[in-house]
Amino acid sequence: MSIALYIHIPFCVKKCNYCDFNSFEALELIPAYLEALKKEISDLKGKGYTVSTVYIGGGTPTILKDEELVSLLEILHQSVHITSDAEVTIEANPGTLTRQKLLSLKTMGINRLSLGLQAYQNRLLKIMGRIHTVEEFEKNYETARKIGFDNINVDLMFGLPEQQVEDFYKTLEYLVGLCPEHISCYALSVEDGTPFYRLWQKGALPLPSEEDEREMYHRAVEFLTGKGYNHYEISNFAVSKRESKHNMVYWSYKDYLGLGAGAHSFFNNERFYNYTLIPAYIKSIQKSSSAVAYLEKICIEEQQAEFCFLGLRLLKGLSKEAFCRRFNKEITQVYGNVIGKLKKQGLLRENQKYLKLTTQGLDFANAVFVEFMP
Amino acid sequence: MSIPRERIRNFCIIAHIDHGKSTLADRLLEHTNTITERKMENQVLDKMDLEKERGITIKAKAVRMIYKAANGEEYLLNLIDTPGHVDFTYEVSRSLAACEGALLVVDATQGIEAQTLANTYLALEHNLEIIPVINKIDLQSADPDEAKREIEDIIGLGAEDAILTSAKIGKGIQEVLEAIVQRIPPPEGRHESPLRALIFDSLYDSYKGAVAFVRVLDGNIQPKQMIKMMSTGKIFEVTEVGVFNPDMQAVEILGAGEVGYVVASIKNVIDTRVGDTITDADKPAKEPLPGYKKAVPMVFCGMYPAEGEEYENLKEALGKLQLSDASLFFEPETSAALGFGFRCGFLGLLHMDVIQERLEREYNLNLITTAPSVIFKIVKTDGCKIDVDNPTNFPDPAEIEYIEEPYVEASIMLPTEYVGTVMDLCQEKRGTMRDMEYINEKRVILRYDMPLSEIIYDLFDHLKSRTRGYASLDYELTGYKKSDMVKLDILLNGEVVDALSFIVHKDRVYNRGRQITEKLKDVIPRHMFEVPIQAAIGGKIIARETVRALRKNVLAKCYGGDITRKKKLLEKQKEGKKRMRQIGNVELPQEAFMAILKMD
Repeated sequence: MSIALYIHIPFCVKKCNYCDFNSFEALELIPAYLEALKKEISDLKGKGYTVSTVYIGGGTPTILKDEELVSLLEILHQSVHITSDAEVTIEANPGTLTRQKLLSLKTMGINRLSLGLQAYQNRLLKIMGRIHTVEEFEKNYETARKIGFDNINVDLMFGLPEQQVEDFYKTLEYLVGLCPEHISCYALSVEDGTPFYRLWQKGALPLPSEEDEREMYHRAVEFLTGKGYNHYEISNFAVSKRESKHNMVYWSYKDYLGLGAGAHSFFNNERFYNYTLIPAYIKSIQKSSSAVAYLEKICIEEQQAEFCFLGLRLLKGLSKEAFCRRFNKEITQVYGNVIGKLKKQGLLRENQKYLKLTTQGLDFANAVFVEFMP
Repeated sequence: MSIPRERIRNFCIIAHIDHGKSTLADRLLEHTNTITERKMENQVLDKMDLEKERGITIKAKAVRMIYKAANGEEYLLNLIDTPGHVDFTYEVSRSLAACEGALLVVDATQGIEAQTLANTYLALEHNLEIIPVINKIDLQSADPDEAKREIEDIIGLGAEDAILTSAKIGKGIQEVLEAIVQRIPPPEGRHESPLRALIFDSLYDSYKGAVAFVRVLDGNIQPKQMIKMMSTGKIFEVTEVGVFNPDMQAVEILGAGEVGYVVASIKNVIDTRVGDTITDADKPAKEPLPGYKKAVPMVFCGMYPAEGEEYENLKEALGKLQLSDASLFFEPETSAALGFGFRCGFLGLLHMDVIQERLEREYNLNLITTAPSVIFKIVKTDGCKIDVDNPTNFPDPAEIEYIEEPYVEASIMLPTEYVGTVMDLCQEKRGTMRDMEYINEKRVILRYDMPLSEIIYDLFDHLKSRTRGYASLDYELTGYKKSDMVKLDILLNGEVVDALSFIVHKDRVYNRGRQITEKLKDVIPRHMFEVPIQAAIGGKIIARETVRALRKNVLAKCYGGDITRKKKLLEKQKEGKKRMRQIGNVELPQEAFMAILKMD
């Protein structure tokens, strides 16, 4: 059985000002955490999984020492069968990379890098609380290329405080000049509990206007597609055949297992996730070798809803045939009315095979998705 | 009943809200051992939770006490509780008609309030013996001499033998009981005359049906007797009579002068109308007791379930409330904006609030109410006369000859320092001053002719806030007067929303139109398109605001396969959507309907 694996490394040198991901600055916990994580990984042994994508995310996975990463991957190879053409991605913060580390990553079988640049302006990086500069990013990017990484993603963000439309446009131009295979453009969302949120509450976060924020997005779509990138998911762009296999698993409603603190899984129509706090995760693994904090069986109505709202994130759309295959029902039987209404609102369109968001639908995707909720 | 009529005393308590009526009643019950302290919940008389919370009495009730007086004799004391609010003046008058005396309770720290004054005058009209009681004398700010002076100056009652009490600490209770025995006359009435019993209240009991609370004036009433309701001619067989101890306790017979209840398998309280006279079906009295009036609703509004599927539940709940409240009126109504609901009629604004709260609390309903309206009398150009209490039925202005609206005489009692601000307020509310009377150097009564529609709108709130709660208000319907009324429509995205329309005076309409569009702008969520909000009279737009278009509603990232989080967000949006009313392509939150009800 073929699945996707996500491995979470919940540590950062310093948390960014917008970040509400599960990550901590408590680096002293790394050794104990890795012990537990390795135990969780080795428990996959004998289950007969074939892994077609691995994604090591964070936090900052590249905060780990070379030998720590090596032993982690060793355990992984010992525990599951990773196919020869598997996509193995690691998220890397340019501030934590060296030539040596990039070399190690390459030799341990990692074939895809995801680098967080976010913005081409050092003043914006500073506001965000990033630990690197544009120059550091560029140096590491060039090194990675020289070493032979031929599948690199770069993360960008827009809608940042003090970001002008022009800033973002420059970022896009700069990045396209480097020819990465994959670009993610994420809109900033100000999440509860982050330093940005506290500033925002005080009215001290100078966000661009909604109009400007949308213009940034629309420009990115226009510019990147013009440069040969395929806009294949709401926030993602890739050159031909370099779409992220791992993320496609999420959108196409296939099974995946998440390992590590707070990691999410979807398996056999169940969603579950591990304890998010590192000590709780470690303790639970030590005691019972499982760290699942929450498990939910997804009933058929919810499966249908999830199938639709995840599939619709893809620009090619949601395959009506795939829906039918999975649920033994025509999609119109379940969502005929909803689809009709959304088409009338100009948010959805369809052809023989696919149902997809319109250009306007991309801006109001949640308004579409919500209609599919049971 | 071994106590003869000469030793029966029927009395009530007149007091302003918070002046200590319920506490005094509690002490009387304790002192006469009607209820033991152990069983004593504070304020026995206020049975509904709502009343306890608001500290007001909504429905009149009665309780019987046996008191061994200083002269060694046992007396039967019937305390008939009266509602303390202007909406229920008629019910108060029926309660008073069932008594021979009244305790006039005045807060020693506050003096007389408008409502107290109105009720005292009512009691004097019924020739009741009035015993002034000055309460809360334990408080430091108490000024019993000033309170006495007010009673003498304002009401013209001798207050030299007023009783000083503190119901809270139980002071003066014995004196009150002695005064009741000595100063209130025993009921008159002839046992041998045909039965006449005055209904002063009723309740609905799910086992017994409608229970009439009565004061027997002439004759007797007992089980198996056939009785007739004199206003409707309907005949019932009595199954039980009894007294309040304070819970209902069956007795064999109720005789002239007594107060108690009558059960006669009556299915609906509509047949036990307050003020009606019960007589013997076989030997009927020639004349009913005077003063019966059918309770007429004065204030109307639409009540709609916030969620359409609750319609049947709302209907059932209104039906149940009506069983015990004959003055509640309702009929089905349909609104383009709100779907199926009910047009409901109430005695006044408080009555409306009470019903709404009971529906929400006791029946767990989530309601949307439309702006309250009075009944306008409209004479059309073709000579046709119509009553309109619903803006939907307001005719085309071209067809209107003239409109009349109900007016009241409002009496406002207030400290002199607020006279200026209250006069301004009354002027804003289209009032014309009748007179101003100085009670003493500190307090004044202002009397105004004022449209009822202004009172039900927000006069209370403003009066309270502008006088820091020191003003009190009473009003009485005086009749109809010609008025320049217009219907104000609210348009969303170019469409009239019927449930947001209301009828308002021409001089007010621009102001209100502007206020409402401004307020709606704040409560209507942003849509994918711009939503214009307009206020219009007929086809003429008088105010406009715009809700800016929403630019995006999309989640950029999916956190490492965390679909649960994304789903929660969608579920929340879905929930929010459910609470919205879809009007054309605009989604309207409940708050939008509230915006019409109150303006600051």
